[in-house]
Amino acid sequence: MYSETTIVNPAASAPLKEGQLVINVGPQHPATHGVLHLVITLEGETIIKIEPHLGYIHRSIEKMSESLSYRQFIYVTSRMDYLSAHINNLACALCVEKGMQLEIPARAQVIRIIMSELTRIASHELWVGAMAMDLGAFTPFFYTFRERETINDIMEQTCGARLTMNYMVPGGVMYDLHPEFVSRVKSFIQQFKNKITELEDLVTNNIIFRNRTVGIGVLSKADAISFGCTGPVARASGVDGDIRKRFPYSGYEQLEFEQCIDTAGDSFARYIVRIKEMYQSIHIIEQLIDAIPEGDFQAKTKAVIKLPKGEFYSQVETARGELGVYIISEGGTTPYRIKYRSPGFSNLSALDYMARGSKIGDLMATMGTLDLVIPDIDR
Amino acid sequence: MFSFQQWAATIHQWLQMHTGNWVVFWECVIIALLAITLFAVLGLVLVLLERKVAAHIQIRLGPNRVGPGGMLQTVADTLKLLMKEGLVPDLADKFLFNLAPFIVMMAAMLLLAPIAFAKGIQIWDINIGVLYVSAVSSISVIGILMAGWSSNNKYAMLGAMRSGAQIVSYELSAGFSVLCIVVLSGSLQISDIIAAQENGWWIFKGHIPVIISFVIFIIAVTAETNRAPFDLAEAESELTAGFHTEYSGMRFALFFLAEYINIFIVCAIGATLYLGGWMPLHIANWTAFNSIMDYIPSSVWFMGKTFALILLIMWFRWTFPRLRVDQLLTLEWKYLLPIGLFNLLLVTLMAIQGWHF
Repeated sequence: MYSETTIVNPAASAPLKEGQLVINVGPQHPATHGVLHLVITLEGETIIKIEPHLGYIHRSIEKMSESLSYRQFIYVTSRMDYLSAHINNLACALCVEKGMQLEIPARAQVIRIIMSELTRIASHELWVGAMAMDLGAFTPFFYTFRERETINDIMEQTCGARLTMNYMVPGGVMYDLHPEFVSRVKSFIQQFKNKITELEDLVTNNIIFRNRTVGIGVLSKADAISFGCTGPVARASGVDGDIRKRFPYSGYEQLEFEQCIDTAGDSFARYIVRIKEMYQSIHIIEQLIDAIPEGDFQAKTKAVIKLPKGEFYSQVETARGELGVYIISEGGTTPYRIKYRSPGFSNLSALDYMARGSKIGDLMATMGTLDLVIPDIDR
Repeated sequence: MFSFQQWAATIHQWLQMHTGNWVVFWECVIIALLAITLFAVLGLVLVLLERKVAAHIQIRLGPNRVGPGGMLQTVADTLKLLMKEGLVPDLADKFLFNLAPFIVMMAAMLLLAPIAFAKGIQIWDINIGVLYVSAVSSISVIGILMAGWSSNNKYAMLGAMRSGAQIVSYELSAGFSVLCIVVLSGSLQISDIIAAQENGWWIFKGHIPVIISFVIFIIAVTAETNRAPFDLAEAESELTAGFHTEYSGMRFALFFLAEYINIFIVCAIGATLYLGGWMPLHIANWTAFNSIMDYIPSSVWFMGKTFALILLIMWFRWTFPRLRVDQLLTLEWKYLLPIGLFNLLLVTLMAIQGWHF
């Protein structure tokens, strides 16, 4: 039974010892990047316990989707993990297509992959900046936002939106590519390759940054699996769980790319994994950008989509980890039940375990590398 | 080289003629007014400079709306802060809460006294000048602890405790670096230290040990003024705003201004000790070169050197991530302090043997 006293007075659940104090990090705090609320028990600067409190931006997206048609509910998912909107939309589109047993045109498949990888780069770029800001370095934020801005401009040209794209629809993509798309993506690849060295000089090889991240927030492989961590967080601990490799979708099986794995499991490993992933995404885009097939960008579908009675599941690799979409259909035009398996929720659950016994400063280094997007956790 | 000593003497005589025995009082009033004006002007200029430097480093434009090129931005900000309501938390210790910003500000203003701004412009050429600076700069930590304690806020308390540990630790390193110059100059008085650099600044004359002590000094004063990468006391992402979390309006502005004045002062001290203060760049036996250098006014030399150091400290802030609190103390007690002690021995040996230029 939910009791309010345990939140208002966290000491009620576990009596404080002499010299301990409880601080509330969030819901409004510069380091939580959203309305996450952490109740932290401290002894001096050392963390004894962390209790995340969720629900500040719960919009009941899953319940809401039950009254939306199979075309409409995709748009809501752009508001879940707003930094990888394309990939969320793709997961839903894939699930609906699975139910419809639809063939997707080759052009749409390629566009989907390019957009997903651009989104991944944009998300990781933002993450590097925000993470550096958590550690007290302000400048990398502006450097990474410069590259992210270029991606956003490319997206805006084709999709008409910069953050909540709503570009993937059941059967393909909503519009064809903008005529300038290919040349702009190519120039972005050049820009990325030239400018990423700045970031490596400023952040990766910075001795203070290394001291703050190496050996901090260590998560072993077994723990990463048992907490259900996915994405770069799990891969930094040595779990080879990239959905693009494990359960390829949308044509990833035909592409040549590496799964970035580190074994250290600390904050620095998570940083390195994400940096390497950006290189891999560029590599993927390079393979596809000159070979976008001609043809339809969308399969022919009926105006009103009906899924047959049954259960459908699709999973994709977002910038943060595995996103699963589970639809139960009763044969109508709206889903009977819908459930998202979001990566942020499981990754957050490991935070308490990782940060116990470390300093407040380490908590920021650990939480930063989990890459939490709160609307994704709360939905 | 032009000296302002003549002017000072003339003003002193004129005041004595008109006010008689009250001359000291009136001189104090004039100097206090000048110090407050300098305090305000420096604060405004430095805040604007910091924002412009940050913008330049971060490929932005920075403030550019208020006044020509954004020159009046900080004036507008100050006016805003003056008009804002200064909230006092309900359970705060109201007396200490209100007192703390003034203590921090007073410590900063007292430090203006022994600084030689130009040849002959110095408020108080006290014979223990450097010791006075070390002593008075420690007062500000009391104000910070007071602010953290009286706010009745856990973030403020954590920030204040961090700040206390940090300032007290780094004072030692700064002190040892300053002692190196005192040993070389043979005096604690600021004017003597500057005079000792007439044929070359200490950083050039003192070989590698003085350069090491300069580096330690810069690191230590960056930490003492709570600047990034040592800004743990107000670590934004950890403690929201640290010891001044609960402050608003003009009380906050006083903390903010005091921080920038402190930067100016430590850089001025650094410029005085290592870069010759207002002394122009002189190279021994180059008479023609030296006399050309003498044509540049002494105040330009002083301000140029001070602002060069200020820009260096600003550059640090916008480049480095923050250290963790235990790493900060490790850096001081395990590295800087032993190196500083050993360095002081070397400098003493050098001074006794006369190895320096």
